[in-house]
Amino acid sequence: MATEVAIAPEADALAEQIRVAVPEGGYRHDLRAVSIVWRRELIRFRTDRLRAVTALIQPILFLFVLGTGLSSLAGGSMPPGVSFKTFIYPGVLAMSVLFTAIFSAASIVWDREFGFLREILVAPVSRASIVIGKCLGGATIATFQGIVFLILAGFADVPYNPVLIVTLIGELLLLSFTLTAFGVMMAARIKQFQAFMALTQMLVMPLFFLSGALYPLTGLPAWLSVLTRIDPLTYVVGPMRHAVFSHLSIAAPFDQRLAPGITWGGWLVPLWLSIGIVAIMGLGMMAVAIAEFRKTE
Amino acid sequence: MALHTSAGARTVAGLAGSGSGRQPVIAVAGLTKRYGEVEAVCGIDFEVARGETFGFLGPNGAGKTTTIKILCTLANATSGTASVAGHDAARERDAVRRNIGLVFQDTTLDTYLTAEQNLRFHAELYGVPKAAVAPRMRQVMDMVGLWDRKDHLVSTFSGGMQRRLEIARGLLHAPHVLFLDEPTVGLDPQTRSSIWQYINELKGREDITIFLTTHYMDEAENCDRIAIIDHGKIVAIDTPEALKAGIGMDRVQIHTADDPAAIAALAEKFGIEAVTREGAVTFSVAAGEQFVPRLFAEFSVPIRSVSVSRPSLDDVFMSYTGTTIRDAEASGTDAMRQMAARFRGRR
Repeated sequence: MATEVAIAPEADALAEQIRVAVPEGGYRHDLRAVSIVWRRELIRFRTDRLRAVTALIQPILFLFVLGTGLSSLAGGSMPPGVSFKTFIYPGVLAMSVLFTAIFSAASIVWDREFGFLREILVAPVSRASIVIGKCLGGATIATFQGIVFLILAGFADVPYNPVLIVTLIGELLLLSFTLTAFGVMMAARIKQFQAFMALTQMLVMPLFFLSGALYPLTGLPAWLSVLTRIDPLTYVVGPMRHAVFSHLSIAAPFDQRLAPGITWGGWLVPLWLSIGIVAIMGLGMMAVAIAEFRKTE
Repeated sequence: MALHTSAGARTVAGLAGSGSGRQPVIAVAGLTKRYGEVEAVCGIDFEVARGETFGFLGPNGAGKTTTIKILCTLANATSGTASVAGHDAARERDAVRRNIGLVFQDTTLDTYLTAEQNLRFHAELYGVPKAAVAPRMRQVMDMVGLWDRKDHLVSTFSGGMQRRLEIARGLLHAPHVLFLDEPTVGLDPQTRSSIWQYINELKGREDITIFLTTHYMDEAENCDRIAIIDHGKIVAIDTPEALKAGIGMDRVQIHTADDPAAIAALAEKFGIEAVTREGAVTFSVAAGEQFVPRLFAEFSVPIRSVSVSRPSLDDVFMSYTGTTIRDAEASGTDAMRQMAARFRGRR
């Protein structure tokens, strides 16, 4: 290390002027903490372009390869002028945020292994603001990922209707938040990076397949019908498909069969409840994560 | 889970602004930490005065890091109390956290961010007043000579530069106490000495108390006072000079024309038991420099050269623990060390 730099003379002069007093906490301090944790997620996402690209590959495969390939089989069930790709688009859109949201929480496990988490945990700031910042950060980058996929809507014959787009973005944001909260909750307990990745990988595919992203929720055998109703992703894919189909002109019988809405034993779950379930799950898991991070060794 | 013995629950009031310097900045009483069956820290007491550089010297696994973690509010004590900057480390966590800066043994920087982004993150998290953030960042980065590298990613920094950046970051919010856990471990000797240069300059620059842990004897010499810790207990606590003086014996080495005759003569004339070490007749004696004139006056064997050396902290460590620090590290502490590493990795 021959490159040690001499102390700059102006540092002495500065010492006189700078009065640093760390404040006594308060909500403004907590807001700054939420904001900086959120901003760090964005900075890291921006510098990691590879992650953004790879996260798009899987939904593109599902939409274009699987969607096109299966359309000859599924074509008979579709109304005239509506393709199978259009049918699966809302579900695949949900999938585009699935990986990014859950794995954004992996950075907590990563930070723990590489020590940065300790820098965060010794700060004089509430653990809640750190967890909230993390959840909002993950939700933001995942939603951004979803918006990129939303640009491809035209390829699936989904109209670029402003109301539809705003609705879908709102639903993506909610979904991303809940999924990130889920990931953060897991990351609070699981200390090893490998274990976290293995466990979340294992959960992601069942979540996707059981959500009704690739098939309608009508006429399913009882066991599958129950599993789909347990999957939280179902309660976002349903409203998203409803939003897309309400902007297409589809004959009522087809709409009934393809986008029937979510039912509990014959009772149709209203849209607001469906969205509410997802929001409450997200907030609940975030609360668990906060409690978990408040514990001290 | 922390139990507070009422006898030990004394906190230092009103540290800020009181210039007396007599009130301890760190006060620890009866501190114990148990991990399952293993007692990592077994009832230690000590105080650190304002402005002091206080060192914890001991082998890995002796309980140094555990103690620091309790003082920094990262771990709860099993029993006993610790107060830092006048606040209880278990009950007034945020107050303690506002007043301390930390440099950990393993790097805690985000290597995907630039140096400046790392400091910015810290400033926001600690709520440094907005107007002070930019000038203070400049000041601390100048202090460690990294201002011209502020826009570089931390992943491009060498180990020494990362450590310097961590010291800068630890100082950013102007803490009253700076904790340095093995600040130079894993660095080459040149970088180590430059880190110490920064630490020593820092003491002249800021009103700060430094608490550090080390298992390097030569580094412990930089401290105003040292506590020697072994197997979770403090076995000695004093200034390096007093500790070494406490040994009482200087080491004398003489080169002679006839070593066996010299050894025999030493035993006969002075009753001193000498041995041959490193090619010289070696023995211990109180007040070595006063002994040497007597030696010349009364010794019959021709002496070619004499060297007198003061006891080192190595000798001090040896006299209190019966082993050298290097041997202590190599032997039975492996299990403890592994356990400590596991707990370190958890949070």
